[in-house]
Amino acid sequence: MDWVQLWEITTLPDNVPIVLLILVIPFYTWYGLRQAFANDRLIDRLEADPEMAKTHHRKTQPWKPGWAREVQVWPYLLRMEFLVAIIVTFILMVWSITLDAPLEEPANPSLTMNPAKAPWYFLGLQEMLVYFDPWMAGVVLPTLILVGLMVIPYMDTNPLGNGYYTYKQRKFAIWAFFFGFIVLWLSMVVIGTFIRGPGWIWFWPGQTWDHNKLIFEANRDLPDMFGITSMLGKSLFGAAVVGLFAVVTALGVHKLFTWNAFNRKIYNRMSLIQYLLLQFFLVTMMLLPAKMVARLLFRIKYVWVTPWFNI
Amino acid sequence: MADDLKEQKPAGRGTALIDGVLKEVKGLKDKALDDVQSLKKPQKTQLFKSIFRVTHDEKPRNRALGILSNVFLHLHPAKINRDAVAYNYTWGMGGITFYLFIVLTFTGVLLMFYYHPTKVQAFRDILYLEHDVPFGKLLRNMHRWAAHLMIITVWLHMFRVFLTGSYKKPREFNWMVGVILMLLTMLLSFTGYLLPDDQLGFWAVTVGTNMARATPLLGHEGPLGPELGMTAFNDVRFALLGGSIVDSNALLRAYIWHCIAIPLIAGIFMAVHFWRVRKDGGISGPAPVMLESEIKEPRRF
Repeated sequence: MDWVQLWEITTLPDNVPIVLLILVIPFYTWYGLRQAFANDRLIDRLEADPEMAKTHHRKTQPWKPGWAREVQVWPYLLRMEFLVAIIVTFILMVWSITLDAPLEEPANPSLTMNPAKAPWYFLGLQEMLVYFDPWMAGVVLPTLILVGLMVIPYMDTNPLGNGYYTYKQRKFAIWAFFFGFIVLWLSMVVIGTFIRGPGWIWFWPGQTWDHNKLIFEANRDLPDMFGITSMLGKSLFGAAVVGLFAVVTALGVHKLFTWNAFNRKIYNRMSLIQYLLLQFFLVTMMLLPAKMVARLLFRIKYVWVTPWFNI
Repeated sequence: MADDLKEQKPAGRGTALIDGVLKEVKGLKDKALDDVQSLKKPQKTQLFKSIFRVTHDEKPRNRALGILSNVFLHLHPAKINRDAVAYNYTWGMGGITFYLFIVLTFTGVLLMFYYHPTKVQAFRDILYLEHDVPFGKLLRNMHRWAAHLMIITVWLHMFRVFLTGSYKKPREFNWMVGVILMLLTMLLSFTGYLLPDDQLGFWAVTVGTNMARATPLLGHEGPLGPELGMTAFNDVRFALLGGSIVDSNALLRAYIWHCIAIPLIAGIFMAVHFWRVRKDGGISGPAPVMLESEIKEPRRF
């Protein structure tokens, strides 16, 4: 274990936000889910007792008849905002006094930094470059991520869980978001920060970065493994494999999406367009883990080779 | 003293003058006393009334007016869901993000006084800031860490809004605006990365903009780009950098995007975002839980 290097990477000023992220994301995930489970228990009780459902306050927060449901913004909200502003300012001050912003040598186009890393919040995209060509990783997929996020409200036909934390009523949505946000996006940021070393080579945390390391791994294209040599054959074969992947993934998504009676009820509320949109974005999202497995475990570079583009 | 004067009965022109002056002095004294008295009740002064328009008595009506008649506070409603005031529902992340934007604007404007977006001076300006400008280093550090923190708080805000299902009806559109604001936040941070003109920023931006070469149709290395006549000197990357390499034009463009264009665009989107929060019924919760048996059948066309 190279503890010194691990410490150096961790305390690199621009990496401190990622360390912060690694701490706050699990905390807020727990914080949100804790409230979700509390609400779920309340929902269970209300469903078991219809009479109580008619009379109960329907929140986990305390409330008694006679209490106002609304409070004045001044002072109850404004004092909180003021307090939060003071705390944030304090944290920022302490952070800025104790840790200096990085400043390297003057820009020099003839001296390449190795590894040359994007800012940490774009490391997910840079890591995707390992698995996809730049037109996919740098342009198409980021666009799809943004568009996919934007259409979430229009694909989600589940009317429950609007304005309160819940897990039970939105299992599929929450798992899908956790998978996309935490497993794919955030973990790729962490991989890009802590694991990718010189030459963008995979170094385990604590493994010394060797600037002279070369990896002689012959990456293969999937059609080559099947002995397909003609360009037409490769194009057709790749299209078939990607098509098969899409169909299998879509079936898997469908299976999960219609897992139980409640899920099927939500499914029945969807229009055809909503359902196809959901399938398109989820299947595209699953391309990434699929290519990660293919590349990292089986050294497969491209699945679909054509004269114009490769996937 | 006035009694003394009265005893000296034989009055001449001189005493009449003194009487007059003393009368004037007494009048002034009364006025001065009035002014002192009014200082004890500043809320009654014309100055105070003209600025604040309403008194700040501890009455519900005046508390509401204090919010509604104040340009900085009127984004708030007068009253709010009692459970939304606690930290646990919103985590305060949207508000913190906005506060960090204000901090960044403030420190950013101060930094602009010391910075020239030219290849000759940019890096030296940073050195000057770090070593000679009073509190320059603190200023730069605060700007940098607030920017990083803002990205984290934006992500957490999105995370919270997802977990509470707040993007659902009627807030669908505001979620879209929010996604755009998140993109703008990351672009703001990214364009600022190049400005110190050091190796870190230079290579990060080189790596970042190299991806633009591969834009389908619009990049000279992207699918179908060359077929449409794209070269390194007319494609989308050239437009971003103002050249085919990251050089002085790229620095100027990053500076203008960073300091003027994106903050303006983000400001417009923020106005829409906040306005829609109010128009869509204020903060989404904590709302009473809904049960599966209460789902209404969707309307069919």
